[in-house]
Amino acid sequence: MKTKIALPQILINTLFIAFSLACIFPLISVIAVSFSSEIDIIKNGYRLFPKVFDLSAYVYILYNPLQIFNAFKISLIVSSLGTFISVMVAAGISYTLARQDYKFKNSLSFYVFFTMLFNGGLVPTYMLISNYLHMKNSIWVLIVPYLAVPWFILILRSFMQKIPTDIIESCSIDGASEFRVFFQMILPLSKPGLATIALFTLLQYWNDWWLSLLYIEKESLVPLQYMLYRIMNNIAFLTSSTNTMPASMNTGPLPSESARMAMSILAAGPMLLVFPFFQKYFVKGLTVGAVKG
Amino acid sequence: MIKHMLNSRKNKETIQLSILALPAFIIILIFSYVPMVGVFIAFKNINYVDGLFRSPWVGFDNFKFFFSSNDAWLVVRNTLGYNIVFIAVGTALSVLFAVLLNEVLSRRLVKFYQTVFFFPYFFSWIIVAYMVFSFIGPYGVITSYINQLGFPFFDFYTTTWLWPYLLTLFNIWKSLGYISIIFYAGIMGIPQEYFEAASIDGASKSQMIRNITIPLLTPLIVIMTLLSIGKIFYSDFGLFFFVPREIGQLFPVTQVIDTYVYRMLKVSGDLGMSAAVGLFQSVMGFIVVLSSNYIVGKVNEENRLF
Repeated sequence: MKTKIALPQILINTLFIAFSLACIFPLISVIAVSFSSEIDIIKNGYRLFPKVFDLSAYVYILYNPLQIFNAFKISLIVSSLGTFISVMVAAGISYTLARQDYKFKNSLSFYVFFTMLFNGGLVPTYMLISNYLHMKNSIWVLIVPYLAVPWFILILRSFMQKIPTDIIESCSIDGASEFRVFFQMILPLSKPGLATIALFTLLQYWNDWWLSLLYIEKESLVPLQYMLYRIMNNIAFLTSSTNTMPASMNTGPLPSESARMAMSILAAGPMLLVFPFFQKYFVKGLTVGAVKG
Repeated sequence: MIKHMLNSRKNKETIQLSILALPAFIIILIFSYVPMVGVFIAFKNINYVDGLFRSPWVGFDNFKFFFSSNDAWLVVRNTLGYNIVFIAVGTALSVLFAVLLNEVLSRRLVKFYQTVFFFPYFFSWIIVAYMVFSFIGPYGVITSYINQLGFPFFDFYTTTWLWPYLLTLFNIWKSLGYISIIFYAGIMGIPQEYFEAASIDGASKSQMIRNITIPLLTPLIVIMTLLSIGKIFYSDFGLFFFVPREIGQLFPVTQVIDTYVYRMLKVSGDLGMSAAVGLFQSVMGFIVVLSSNYIVGKVNEENRLF
């Protein structure tokens, strides 16, 4: 009977539609505020549909582009460089760990995965990076600490373990070095696995604020997310002392609230545009990682 | 003879494979193992003049100081309390969502849900903090609405009792989507034949869920829960640091071990103390993981993590 099937379907889908709205709503709210005029915000608070559609927040930000473009540049450099190096580093060790006949397989596995259980803590790490490696306020401090993530190595190893050993056998019988096997056979065959951890790594670097929070004080090295944090309470970080306003802007209050929201849209934008398309890689990676390879 | 050993194919392989693993090995050595040596900082009273190595040794004094203060109770309670609630509520809801998602008939709707549910996963906590602010900040959508309804201005950011609920809500919001999809992927792994056989035998939907879906999903649920429990002494720093906007009044309900250690390090500069709390966290976390793995192993050998 049609009605017998219909009711549970209606209920379930209502629940899911509601949750879907909850997932998108906050984003829409932020977008709406970014398009509001500051006067309207002060008078009436945020609304979901701005009464007066106002681009002044975006004009304000883009007219003083130095800070945001620089932050964007830093985020872009760190993310792309970090992802590329990190994937290569992980691929190397994942392949070695995936080889059943590797002499130090068990000790190396333990070495890598033990760090998931125990770590030295924030203070020793901070001291090491600041005082002994002198990495504070360098672009490398935003990249290097995340280059070897045991979780990603675990996931990639699972992918690589599925490569049939006969292929590798036949290559080494033909006299190929491990390096050749790695670059010419393993990497091409591991594309799905590599893509998966590349996406995770990219997201990790793009969204990161932790390393900047700890180690970055130099203005020119502030990435997007960290900049967002700084302007949360003080919009002054977004502007320089020689701030100028375009003549066309009305003499209203500085669009600080709307500018903040506009900035967070600009920071979240790239991810939102890119990642939903790769969502199936994330699912695979998260599941594989959870089911210990 | 040694030359022969070095030249043998097996040893060549081993050396080459080791070289491939070397970069990661070094990075893990520097950033994970070397700091472990630094735990001694917890047992010293560090001052800037003497530096790390010449500062006086104080044994367990830092720990005693921490545990005798009110901070210890507050911070540990918050950390554990929130995590327990997050794990319990989060797992229950995610499994529920996954099971229900499996019942949705329209394939297109399922794909739509899968995409949208993942959105919160891609936002960083800073961005979420802005979203929250846009709802309950001084000019927030909800705040203004309350005002319009005639009530006096309600300051969400100083109303302490609300925040345990709020933080739980935000944590669930951010993770429910992608965790339920992980469980959904787990359900997808269940062979269709089981369901077909059951329906031939006349089983109802709820019987199938109770007797096939849940039991076969249990290993995954156990693993996910085990992984979460292993981190029970750790918190999602971003959630507890950015969303409450560092408002001191809220610390009694928003300060967790991680934010406490950070603030002690960066704000008060007491290296010995913050190192002590950090070490406490690492050791407890380690004990918890081993114990929970052991317990699960006792119940069902297959479900162990290692």
